Amino acid sequence: MAKYLLLKHYRGAPASVNDAPMDQWTPEEVSAHIQYMRDFAARLEGTGEFVDSQALSPEGTFVRYDGEGRPPVTDGPFAETKDVIAGWMVIDVESHERALELAGELSAAPGAGGKPIHEWLEVRPFLTAPPTITE
Amino acid sequence: MDEALVRALTPAVIGVLVRRGADFAAAEDAVQDALVEALRGWRDDPPRDPKGWLVTVAWRKFLDAARAETSRRRREELVDAEPEPGPGAAVDDTLQLYFLCAHPSLTPSSAVALTLRAVGGLTTRQIAQAYLVPEATMAQRISRAKRTVSDIRFTQPGDVGTVLRVLYLVFNEGYSGDVDLAAEAIRLARQLADRIKHEEVAGLLALMLLHHARRPARTRADGSLVPLAEQDRDLWDTRLITEGVAVLQAALARDRLGEFQAQAAIAALHADAPTAEETDWPQIVEWYDELSRLTDNPVVRLNRAVAVGEADGPRAGLAALAGLDPDLPRHAAAVAYLHERDGDLVTAARFYADAARSAPNLPEREHLTRQAARLNAQLRRPGGR
Repeated sequence: MAKYLLLKHYRGAPASVNDAPMDQWTPEEVSAHIQYMRDFAARLEGTGEFVDSQALSPEGTFVRYDGEGRPPVTDGPFAETKDVIAGWMVIDVESHERALELAGELSAAPGAGGKPIHEWLEVRPFLTAPPTITE
Repeated sequence: MDEALVRALTPAVIGVLVRRGADFAAAEDAVQDALVEALRGWRDDPPRDPKGWLVTVAWRKFLDAARAETSRRRREELVDAEPEPGPGAAVDDTLQLYFLCAHPSLTPSSAVALTLRAVGGLTTRQIAQAYLVPEATMAQRISRAKRTVSDIRFTQPGDVGTVLRVLYLVFNEGYSGDVDLAAEAIRLARQLADRIKHEEVAGLLALMLLHHARRPARTRADGSLVPLAEQDRDLWDTRLITEGVAVLQAALARDRLGEFQAQAAIAALHADAPTAEETDWPQIVEWYDELSRLTDNPVVRLNRAVAVGEADGPRAGLAALAGLDPDLPRHAAAVAYLHERDGDLVTAARFYADAARSAPNLPEREHLTRQAARLNAQLRRPGGR
Protein backbone atom coordinates (compact mmCIF):
# COMPACT_ATOMS: atom_id res chain seq x y z
CA MET A 1 0.00 0.00 0.00
CA ALA A 2 1.10 3.51 -0.58
CA LYS A 3 -0.27 6.81 0.49
CA TYR A 4 -0.89 9.63 -1.95
CA LEU A 5 -1.91 13.22 -1.56
CA LEU A 6 -4.53 14.42 -4.01
CA LEU A 7 -3.86 18.13 -3.93
CA LYS A 8 -6.22 20.71 -5.26
CA HIS A 9 -4.31 23.88 -5.96
CA TYR A 10 -3.80 26.44 -8.66
CA ARG A 11 -0.07 26.49 -9.17
CA GLY A 12 1.03 26.00 -12.70
CA ALA A 13 -1.81 23.80 -13.90
CA PRO A 14 -4.00 24.92 -16.78
CA ALA A 15 -7.52 26.12 -15.97
CA SER A 16 -10.25 23.55 -15.44
CA VAL A 17 -12.37 22.71 -18.48
CA ASN A 18 -15.54 23.80 -16.70
CA ASP A 19 -14.03 26.86 -15.07
CA ALA A 20 -16.95 28.98 -13.83
CA PRO A 21 -16.31 30.23 -10.28
CA MET A 22 -18.41 28.48 -7.66
CA ASP A 23 -20.35 31.60 -6.65
CA GLN A 24 -21.75 31.69 -10.19
CA TRP A 25 -23.26 28.21 -9.91
CA THR A 26 -26.86 27.62 -8.90
CA PRO A 27 -27.37 26.63 -5.24
CA GLU A 28 -28.41 23.17 -6.41
CA GLU A 29 -25.16 22.83 -8.33
CA VAL A 30 -23.20 23.84 -5.25
CA SER A 31 -25.07 21.26 -3.18
CA ALA A 32 -24.53 18.60 -5.81
CA HIS A 33 -20.80 19.33 -5.82
CA ILE A 34 -20.52 19.09 -2.04
CA GLN A 35 -22.56 15.89 -2.00
CA TYR A 36 -20.27 14.40 -4.64
CA MET A 37 -17.22 15.09 -2.50
CA ARG A 38 -18.88 13.59 0.58
CA ASP A 39 -19.99 10.51 -1.31
CA PHE A 40 -16.53 10.11 -2.76
CA ALA A 41 -14.91 10.16 0.68
CA ALA A 42 -17.53 7.79 2.08
CA ARG A 43 -17.00 5.39 -0.79
CA LEU A 44 -13.24 5.36 -0.21
CA GLU A 45 -13.80 4.68 3.45
CA GLY A 46 -15.91 1.74 2.34
CA THR A 47 -13.15 0.39 0.13
CA GLY A 48 -10.60 0.84 2.93
CA GLU A 49 -8.65 3.49 1.02
CA PHE A 50 -9.55 6.72 2.80
CA VAL A 51 -7.08 8.43 5.13
CA ASP A 52 -7.94 12.10 5.39
CA SER A 53 -9.60 14.97 3.64
CA GLN A 54 -9.39 18.64 4.51
CA ALA A 55 -10.40 21.90 2.97
CA LEU A 56 -8.40 25.04 3.64
CA SER A 57 -9.41 28.61 4.07
CA PRO A 58 -8.35 30.40 0.90
CA GLU A 59 -6.48 33.13 2.73
CA GLY A 60 -3.52 32.60 5.01
CA THR A 61 -0.74 34.55 6.61
CA PHE A 62 2.94 34.36 5.72
CA VAL A 63 5.17 34.09 8.78
CA ARG A 64 8.91 33.99 9.32
CA TYR A 65 11.47 34.10 12.12
CA ASP A 66 12.89 37.56 12.69
CA GLY A 67 15.74 36.96 15.13
CA GLU A 68 16.23 36.11 18.79
CA GLY A 69 13.75 37.77 21.15
CA ARG A 70 11.67 39.26 18.36
CA PRO A 71 8.14 38.32 17.40
CA PRO A 72 7.83 36.59 14.06
CA VAL A 73 7.27 38.78 11.03
CA THR A 74 3.96 38.32 9.30
CA ASP A 75 2.88 39.36 5.86
CA GLY A 76 0.03 38.82 3.47
CA PRO A 77 -2.56 37.72 2.79
CA PHE A 78 -1.52 38.07 -0.81
CA ALA A 79 -4.17 38.46 -3.44
CA GLU A 80 -2.56 35.93 -5.79
CA THR A 81 -5.44 33.48 -5.98
CA LYS A 82 -3.52 31.32 -8.43
CA ASP A 83 -1.29 30.25 -5.53
CA VAL A 84 -4.16 29.04 -3.41
CA ILE A 85 -4.21 25.51 -2.08
CA ALA A 86 -7.89 24.72 -1.76
CA GLY A 87 -7.71 21.38 -0.01
CA TRP A 88 -6.56 17.82 -0.20
CA MET A 89 -7.42 14.23 0.22
CA VAL A 90 -5.05 11.53 1.42
CA ILE A 91 -5.62 8.01 0.15
CA ASP A 92 -3.93 4.69 0.91
CA VAL A 93 -4.05 2.55 -2.21
CA GLU A 94 -2.57 -0.54 -3.78
CA SER A 95 -0.84 1.16 -6.70
CA HIS A 96 0.04 4.40 -8.44
CA GLU A 97 -2.47 3.51 -11.17
CA ARG A 98 -5.23 3.31 -8.57
CA ALA A 99 -4.23 6.73 -7.20
CA LEU A 100 -4.51 8.22 -10.71
CA GLU A 101 -7.86 6.52 -11.26
CA LEU A 102 -9.27 8.00 -8.05
CA ALA A 103 -7.88 11.46 -8.77
CA GLY A 104 -9.61 11.26 -12.15
CA GLU A 105 -12.90 10.48 -10.44
CA LEU A 106 -12.47 13.29 -7.95
CA SER A 107 -11.78 15.69 -10.80
CA ALA A 108 -15.14 14.72 -12.30
CA ALA A 109 -17.03 16.42 -9.45
CA PRO A 110 -19.96 18.33 -10.96
CA GLY A 111 -19.77 22.10 -11.35
CA ALA A 112 -21.65 24.69 -13.34
CA GLY A 113 -24.49 23.23 -15.40
CA GLY A 114 -24.09 19.97 -13.48
CA LYS A 115 -21.19 19.11 -15.77
CA PRO A 116 -17.86 17.72 -14.49
CA ILE A 117 -15.36 20.44 -13.58
CA HIS A 118 -12.41 18.52 -15.08
CA GLU A 119 -10.15 20.34 -12.62
CA TRP A 120 -6.48 19.48 -12.39
CA LEU A 121 -5.42 17.67 -9.23
CA GLU A 122 -1.84 16.95 -8.33
CA VAL A 123 -1.06 13.41 -7.15
CA ARG A 124 1.97 13.22 -4.88
CA PRO A 125 3.28 10.05 -3.23
CA PHE A 126 4.08 10.12 0.48
CA LEU A 127 7.57 9.25 1.53
CA THR A 128 7.40 6.00 3.48
CA ALA A 129 9.28 4.41 6.33
CA PRO A 130 12.47 2.70 5.14
CA PRO A 131 12.15 -1.00 4.32
CA THR A 132 14.12 -3.42 6.49
CA ILE A 133 15.54 -5.53 3.69
CA THR A 134 17.37 -3.58 0.99
CA GLU A 135 20.33 -5.73 0.07
CA MET B 1 -1.53 -10.30 31.07
CA ASP B 2 0.58 -11.80 28.33
CA GLU B 3 -0.81 -10.16 25.21
CA ALA B 4 1.32 -12.33 22.92
CA LEU B 5 -0.19 -15.47 24.48
CA VAL B 6 -3.71 -14.20 23.92
CA ARG B 7 -2.85 -13.33 20.35
CA ALA B 8 -1.32 -16.74 19.74
CA LEU B 9 -4.60 -18.38 20.75
CA THR B 10 -6.62 -16.40 18.20
CA PRO B 11 -6.48 -18.71 15.16
CA ALA B 12 -7.27 -21.81 17.22
CA VAL B 13 -10.31 -20.14 18.77
CA ILE B 14 -11.55 -19.07 15.33
CA GLY B 15 -11.07 -22.69 14.28
CA VAL B 16 -13.23 -23.95 17.14
CA LEU B 17 -16.06 -21.59 16.21
CA VAL B 18 -15.87 -22.53 12.55
CA ARG B 19 -16.02 -26.22 13.44
CA ARG B 20 -19.09 -25.55 15.54
CA GLY B 21 -20.82 -24.17 12.49
CA ALA B 22 -20.01 -20.46 12.38
CA ASP B 23 -18.94 -19.09 9.03
CA PHE B 24 -15.45 -17.62 8.94
CA ALA B 25 -16.46 -13.95 8.81
CA ALA B 26 -18.82 -14.20 11.77
CA ALA B 27 -16.42 -16.38 13.76
CA GLU B 28 -13.59 -13.92 13.17
CA ASP B 29 -15.75 -10.99 14.26
CA ALA B 30 -16.81 -12.81 17.41
CA VAL B 31 -13.24 -13.70 18.33
CA GLN B 32 -12.15 -10.12 17.71
CA ASP B 33 -14.87 -8.94 20.12
CA ALA B 34 -13.74 -11.50 22.69
CA LEU B 35 -10.12 -10.36 22.26
CA VAL B 36 -11.03 -6.74 22.85
CA GLU B 37 -12.89 -7.81 25.99
CA ALA B 38 -9.91 -9.90 27.09
CA LEU B 39 -7.52 -6.98 26.62
CA ARG B 40 -9.82 -4.86 28.79
CA GLY B 41 -10.64 -7.34 31.54
CA TRP B 42 -7.71 -9.70 31.89
CA ARG B 43 -5.26 -7.16 33.22
CA ASP B 44 -6.93 -7.29 36.63
CA ASP B 45 -8.47 -10.72 36.52
CA PRO B 46 -6.80 -13.19 34.14
CA PRO B 47 -8.65 -16.49 33.69
CA ARG B 48 -7.00 -19.79 34.56
CA ASP B 49 -7.84 -21.25 31.15
CA PRO B 50 -7.39 -18.42 28.63
CA LYS B 51 -8.33 -20.50 25.61
CA GLY B 52 -11.47 -21.86 27.28
CA TRP B 53 -12.43 -18.34 28.29
CA LEU B 54 -11.92 -17.03 24.75
CA VAL B 55 -13.92 -19.89 23.23
CA THR B 56 -16.79 -19.36 25.66
CA VAL B 57 -16.93 -15.60 25.25
CA ALA B 58 -16.42 -15.67 21.48
CA TRP B 59 -19.14 -18.29 21.07
CA ARG B 60 -21.52 -16.18 23.15
CA LYS B 61 -20.67 -13.12 21.04
CA PHE B 62 -21.27 -15.16 17.93
CA LEU B 63 -24.66 -16.37 19.16
CA ASP B 64 -25.65 -12.84 20.13
CA ALA B 65 -24.80 -11.62 16.66
CA ALA B 66 -26.50 -14.58 15.03
CA ARG B 67 -29.64 -14.00 17.10
CA ALA B 68 -29.72 -10.43 15.98
CA GLU B 69 -29.37 -11.40 12.36
CA THR B 70 -30.78 -14.78 11.57
CA SER B 71 -34.10 -16.46 11.79
CA ARG B 72 -35.26 -18.41 14.81
CA ARG B 73 -34.88 -21.66 12.97
CA ARG B 74 -31.29 -21.00 12.02
CA ARG B 75 -30.53 -20.03 15.60
CA GLU B 76 -31.90 -23.29 16.94
CA GLU B 77 -29.70 -25.22 14.58
CA LEU B 78 -26.69 -23.34 15.86
CA VAL B 79 -27.54 -23.89 19.49
CA ASP B 80 -28.03 -27.57 18.75
CA ALA B 81 -24.61 -27.63 17.21
CA GLU B 82 -22.97 -26.16 20.27
CA PRO B 83 -21.73 -29.09 22.36
CA GLU B 84 -18.84 -30.10 20.17
CA PRO B 85 -15.64 -28.64 21.60
CA GLY B 86 -13.89 -32.02 21.31
CA PRO B 87 -10.23 -32.66 20.50
CA GLY B 88 -8.46 -31.08 17.55
CA ALA B 89 -9.84 -31.70 14.09
CA ALA B 90 -7.95 -33.64 11.47
CA VAL B 91 -7.01 -30.48 9.60
CA ASP B 92 -4.85 -27.82 11.17
CA ASP B 93 -7.22 -24.88 11.61
CA THR B 94 -4.43 -22.42 12.14
CA LEU B 95 -2.67 -23.44 8.96
CA GLN B 96 -5.91 -23.19 6.99
CA LEU B 97 -6.34 -19.65 8.34
CA TYR B 98 -2.91 -18.64 7.06
CA PHE B 99 -3.91 -19.82 3.59
CA LEU B 100 -7.33 -18.21 3.72
CA CYS B 101 -6.02 -14.83 4.89
CA ALA B 102 -3.36 -14.79 2.18
CA HIS B 103 -5.67 -16.04 -0.54
CA PRO B 104 -4.61 -14.86 -4.02
CA SER B 105 -8.02 -13.24 -4.58
CA LEU B 106 -7.06 -10.62 -1.96
CA THR B 107 -4.97 -7.55 -2.66
CA PRO B 108 -1.67 -7.54 -0.75
CA SER B 109 -2.79 -4.90 1.73
CA SER B 110 -6.08 -6.70 2.42
CA ALA B 111 -4.23 -9.97 2.95
CA VAL B 112 -1.82 -8.24 5.33
CA ALA B 113 -4.63 -6.69 7.36
CA LEU B 114 -6.67 -9.88 7.52
CA THR B 115 -3.65 -11.99 8.47
CA LEU B 116 -2.70 -9.61 11.26
CA ARG B 117 -6.21 -9.74 12.66
CA ALA B 118 -7.32 -13.36 12.21
CA VAL B 119 -3.96 -15.12 12.52
CA GLY B 120 -2.06 -12.51 14.51
CA GLY B 121 -4.86 -11.59 16.89
CA LEU B 122 -4.23 -7.86 16.62
CA THR B 123 -7.13 -5.49 17.06
CA THR B 124 -8.35 -3.35 14.20
CA ARG B 125 -7.15 -0.30 16.09
CA GLN B 126 -3.63 -1.67 16.43
CA ILE B 127 -3.47 -2.55 12.73
CA ALA B 128 -4.82 0.87 11.77
CA GLN B 129 -2.21 2.58 13.92
CA ALA B 130 0.56 0.46 12.49
CA TYR B 131 -0.37 1.41 8.93
CA LEU B 132 -1.29 5.01 9.70
CA VAL B 133 -4.88 4.92 8.48
CA PRO B 134 -8.11 5.68 10.37
CA GLU B 135 -9.61 2.78 12.29
CA ALA B 136 -12.84 2.98 10.26
CA THR B 137 -10.87 2.59 7.03
CA MET B 138 -9.00 -0.43 8.36
CA ALA B 139 -12.25 -1.97 9.63
CA GLN B 140 -13.73 -1.66 6.14
CA ARG B 141 -10.62 -3.07 4.52
CA ILE B 142 -10.84 -6.11 6.77
CA SER B 143 -14.55 -6.70 6.32
CA ARG B 144 -14.21 -6.42 2.55
CA ALA B 145 -11.37 -8.91 2.67
CA LYS B 146 -13.54 -11.30 4.65
CA ARG B 147 -16.34 -11.00 2.13
CA THR B 148 -13.88 -11.75 -0.64
CA VAL B 149 -12.79 -15.02 0.92
CA SER B 150 -16.14 -15.98 2.44
CA ASP B 151 -16.92 -18.68 -0.09
CA ILE B 152 -13.50 -20.25 -0.23
CA ARG B 153 -13.23 -23.80 1.04
CA PHE B 154 -9.94 -25.60 1.04
CA THR B 155 -9.94 -29.14 -0.22
CA GLN B 156 -6.16 -29.14 -0.12
CA PRO B 157 -3.51 -26.91 1.42
CA GLY B 158 -3.25 -23.50 -0.23
CA ASP B 159 -0.20 -21.91 -1.81
CA VAL B 160 2.57 -21.38 0.74
CA GLY B 161 4.12 -18.77 -1.55
CA THR B 162 1.23 -16.34 -1.05
CA VAL B 163 1.46 -16.69 2.73
CA LEU B 164 5.19 -16.01 2.62
CA ARG B 165 4.73 -12.88 0.53
CA VAL B 166 2.23 -11.55 3.07
CA LEU B 167 4.55 -12.21 6.01
CA TYR B 168 7.44 -10.65 4.09
CA LEU B 169 5.36 -7.48 3.59
CA VAL B 170 4.48 -7.33 7.27
CA PHE B 171 8.15 -7.65 8.18
CA ASN B 172 9.55 -5.31 5.59
CA GLU B 173 7.15 -2.39 5.46
CA GLY B 174 8.80 -0.73 8.39
CA TYR B 175 5.88 1.23 9.78
CA SER B 176 5.48 1.19 13.50
CA GLY B 177 2.66 1.89 15.90
CA ASP B 178 2.54 0.40 19.36
CA VAL B 179 2.91 -3.02 17.77
CA ASP B 180 6.31 -4.19 16.58
CA LEU B 181 5.37 -5.51 13.14
CA ALA B 182 8.79 -7.02 12.49
CA ALA B 183 8.58 -9.03 15.70
CA GLU B 184 4.99 -9.95 14.87
CA ALA B 185 6.02 -11.17 11.40
CA ILE B 186 8.72 -13.32 13.00
CA ARG B 187 6.22 -14.75 15.47
CA LEU B 188 3.82 -15.63 12.64
CA ALA B 189 6.64 -17.14 10.56
CA ARG B 190 7.81 -19.26 13.51
CA GLN B 191 4.27 -20.47 14.14
CA LEU B 192 3.96 -21.35 10.45
CA ALA B 193 7.33 -23.11 10.42
CA ASP B 194 6.15 -25.22 13.37
CA ARG B 195 3.20 -26.40 11.32
CA ILE B 196 4.57 -26.98 7.88
CA LYS B 197 7.89 -28.41 6.83
CA HIS B 198 8.77 -26.25 3.86
CA GLU B 199 12.22 -24.99 3.00
CA GLU B 200 11.05 -21.55 1.88
CA VAL B 201 9.11 -21.02 5.12
CA ALA B 202 12.38 -21.75 6.89
CA GLY B 203 14.19 -19.52 4.40
CA LEU B 204 11.91 -16.57 5.13
CA LEU B 205 12.14 -17.13 8.88
CA ALA B 206 15.94 -17.18 8.63
CA LEU B 207 15.92 -14.03 6.49
CA MET B 208 13.79 -12.20 9.04
CA LEU B 209 15.89 -13.35 12.00
CA LEU B 210 19.14 -12.33 10.32
CA HIS B 211 17.86 -8.85 9.43
CA HIS B 212 16.14 -8.38 12.77
CA ALA B 213 19.47 -9.16 14.45
CA ARG B 214 20.95 -6.03 12.89
CA ARG B 215 18.14 -3.74 13.93
CA PRO B 216 19.87 -2.19 16.98
CA ALA B 217 22.75 -1.10 14.73
CA ARG B 218 20.71 0.08 11.76
CA THR B 219 19.59 3.47 13.05
CA ARG B 220 21.16 6.08 15.29
CA ALA B 221 19.34 7.51 18.28
CA ASP B 222 18.12 10.39 16.07
CA GLY B 223 16.56 7.94 13.59
CA SER B 224 19.17 8.40 10.87
CA LEU B 225 20.26 5.35 8.88
CA VAL B 226 23.60 3.63 9.41
CA PRO B 227 24.80 1.85 6.26
CA LEU B 228 25.76 -1.81 6.68
CA ALA B 229 29.48 -1.11 6.31
CA GLU B 230 29.41 1.46 9.12
CA GLN B 231 27.25 -0.47 11.59
CA ASP B 232 28.63 -1.31 15.01
CA ARG B 233 28.62 -5.08 14.71
CA ASP B 234 28.84 -5.48 18.47
CA LEU B 235 25.23 -4.31 18.54
CA TRP B 236 24.09 -7.17 16.33
CA ASP B 237 22.03 -9.77 18.19
CA THR B 238 24.20 -12.89 18.09
CA ARG B 239 21.43 -15.09 19.47
CA LEU B 240 19.16 -14.22 16.52
CA ILE B 241 22.05 -14.68 14.10
CA THR B 242 22.85 -18.12 15.50
CA GLU B 243 19.23 -19.14 15.25
CA GLY B 244 18.86 -17.69 11.75
CA VAL B 245 21.95 -19.47 10.47
CA ALA B 246 20.80 -22.78 11.98
CA VAL B 247 17.32 -22.46 10.44
CA LEU B 248 18.87 -21.59 7.08
CA GLN B 249 21.38 -24.46 7.12
CA ALA B 250 18.64 -26.96 7.87
CA ALA B 251 16.62 -25.57 4.95
CA LEU B 252 19.53 -25.53 2.51
CA ALA B 253 20.37 -29.13 3.46
CA ARG B 254 17.10 -30.18 1.85
CA ASP B 255 18.44 -28.99 -1.46
CA ARG B 256 15.37 -27.18 -2.74
CA LEU B 257 16.65 -23.69 -3.13
CA GLY B 258 14.21 -20.78 -3.27
CA GLU B 259 14.28 -17.02 -3.29
CA PHE B 260 14.04 -16.53 0.47
CA GLN B 261 16.76 -19.07 1.22
CA ALA B 262 19.06 -17.31 -1.24
CA GLN B 263 18.34 -13.92 0.31
CA ALA B 264 18.89 -15.36 3.75
CA ALA B 265 22.21 -16.83 2.61
CA ILE B 266 23.34 -13.33 1.60
CA ALA B 267 22.24 -11.94 4.97
CA ALA B 268 24.07 -14.81 6.70
CA LEU B 269 27.32 -13.98 4.88
CA HIS B 270 27.06 -10.39 6.11
CA ALA B 271 26.29 -11.61 9.62
CA ASP B 272 29.30 -13.89 9.47
CA ALA B 273 31.82 -11.11 8.74
CA PRO B 274 33.51 -9.77 11.89
CA THR B 275 34.18 -6.48 10.05
CA ALA B 276 32.82 -5.01 6.83
CA GLU B 277 36.26 -5.46 5.22
CA GLU B 278 36.16 -9.19 5.88
CA THR B 279 32.87 -9.68 4.02
CA ASP B 280 33.03 -12.57 1.56
CA TRP B 281 31.85 -10.56 -1.45
CA PRO B 282 32.73 -13.17 -4.12
CA GLN B 283 30.42 -15.64 -2.40
CA ILE B 284 27.72 -12.96 -2.06
CA VAL B 285 27.95 -12.37 -5.81
CA GLU B 286 27.46 -16.11 -6.36
CA TRP B 287 24.32 -16.03 -4.24
CA TYR B 288 23.02 -13.08 -6.23
CA ASP B 289 23.62 -15.16 -9.37
CA GLU B 290 21.51 -17.92 -7.82
CA LEU B 291 18.88 -15.38 -6.89
CA SER B 292 18.82 -14.00 -10.46
CA ARG B 293 18.17 -17.51 -11.73
CA LEU B 294 15.22 -17.84 -9.33
CA THR B 295 13.65 -14.45 -10.03
CA ASP B 296 13.88 -11.97 -12.87
CA ASN B 297 13.57 -9.06 -10.43
CA PRO B 298 15.77 -6.19 -11.71
CA VAL B 299 16.35 -5.05 -8.10
CA VAL B 300 18.30 -8.28 -7.60
CA ARG B 301 20.55 -7.37 -10.54
CA LEU B 302 21.05 -3.90 -9.10
CA ASN B 303 22.09 -5.33 -5.74
CA ARG B 304 24.29 -7.83 -7.52
CA ALA B 305 26.09 -4.98 -9.32
CA VAL B 306 26.89 -3.36 -5.98
CA ALA B 307 28.25 -6.67 -4.71
CA VAL B 308 30.33 -7.03 -7.89
CA GLY B 309 31.69 -3.55 -7.18
CA GLU B 310 32.89 -4.78 -3.80
CA ALA B 311 34.24 -8.08 -5.10
CA ASP B 312 35.93 -6.92 -8.32
CA GLY B 313 36.24 -3.17 -7.96
CA PRO B 314 33.95 -0.21 -8.72
CA ARG B 315 34.53 -0.25 -12.49
CA ALA B 316 33.28 -3.83 -12.63
CA GLY B 317 30.28 -2.78 -10.54
CA LEU B 318 29.48 0.10 -12.90
CA ALA B 319 29.79 -2.27 -15.87
CA ALA B 320 27.35 -4.65 -14.16
CA LEU B 321 24.88 -1.78 -13.80
CA ALA B 322 24.88 -1.14 -17.54
CA GLY B 323 21.63 -2.16 -19.16
CA LEU B 324 19.57 -1.68 -16.01
CA ASP B 325 16.76 0.86 -16.01
CA PRO B 326 18.08 4.06 -14.38
CA ASP B 327 14.61 4.61 -12.90
CA LEU B 328 14.96 1.54 -10.67
CA PRO B 329 14.72 2.38 -7.00
CA ARG B 330 18.20 3.08 -5.59
CA HIS B 331 19.85 2.96 -9.03
CA ALA B 332 21.25 6.49 -8.68
CA ALA B 333 22.45 5.71 -5.15
CA ALA B 334 24.33 2.66 -6.44
CA VAL B 335 25.90 4.68 -9.27
CA ALA B 336 26.92 7.39 -6.80
CA TYR B 337 28.49 4.90 -4.40
CA LEU B 338 30.47 3.13 -7.12
CA HIS B 339 31.76 6.43 -8.56
CA GLU B 340 32.87 7.51 -5.12
CA ARG B 341 34.72 4.24 -4.67
CA ASP B 342 36.28 4.87 -8.07
CA GLY B 343 37.50 8.29 -6.91
CA ASP B 344 35.20 10.36 -9.14
CA LEU B 345 33.76 12.55 -6.40
CA VAL B 346 32.18 15.10 -8.73
CA THR B 347 30.05 12.49 -10.47
CA ALA B 348 29.35 10.74 -7.19
CA ALA B 349 28.09 13.94 -5.54
CA ARG B 350 25.81 14.62 -8.49
CA PHE B 351 24.31 11.12 -8.38
CA TYR B 352 23.88 11.23 -4.60
CA ALA B 353 21.88 14.44 -5.03
CA ASP B 354 19.79 12.79 -7.79
CA ALA B 355 19.28 9.76 -5.59
CA ALA B 356 18.14 11.93 -2.69
CA ARG B 357 15.51 13.58 -4.89
CA SER B 358 14.03 10.24 -5.91
CA ALA B 359 14.39 8.48 -2.54
CA PRO B 360 11.18 6.70 -1.54
CA ASN B 361 11.51 7.44 2.17
CA LEU B 362 12.71 10.19 4.42
CA PRO B 363 15.63 8.51 6.26
CA GLU B 364 17.11 7.43 2.92
CA ARG B 365 16.66 10.89 1.46
CA GLU B 366 18.38 12.44 4.44
CA HIS B 367 21.19 9.91 4.29
CA LEU B 368 21.77 10.52 0.57
CA THR B 369 21.58 14.29 0.98
CA ARG B 370 24.28 14.06 3.66
CA GLN B 371 26.42 11.93 1.34
CA ALA B 372 26.13 14.55 -1.42
CA ALA B 373 26.85 17.34 1.07
CA ARG B 374 29.89 15.49 2.44
CA LEU B 375 31.40 15.08 -1.03
CA ASN B 376 30.61 18.65 -2.07
CA ALA B 377 32.28 19.99 1.09
CA GLN B 378 35.31 17.81 0.38
CA LEU B 379 35.45 19.11 -3.20
CA ARG B 380 35.38 22.74 -2.01
CA ARG B 381 38.41 22.24 0.22
CA PRO B 382 41.81 23.07 -1.44
CA GLY B 383 43.09 19.87 -2.98
CA GLY B 384 39.84 18.23 -1.97
CA ARG B 385 39.46 16.19 -5.06
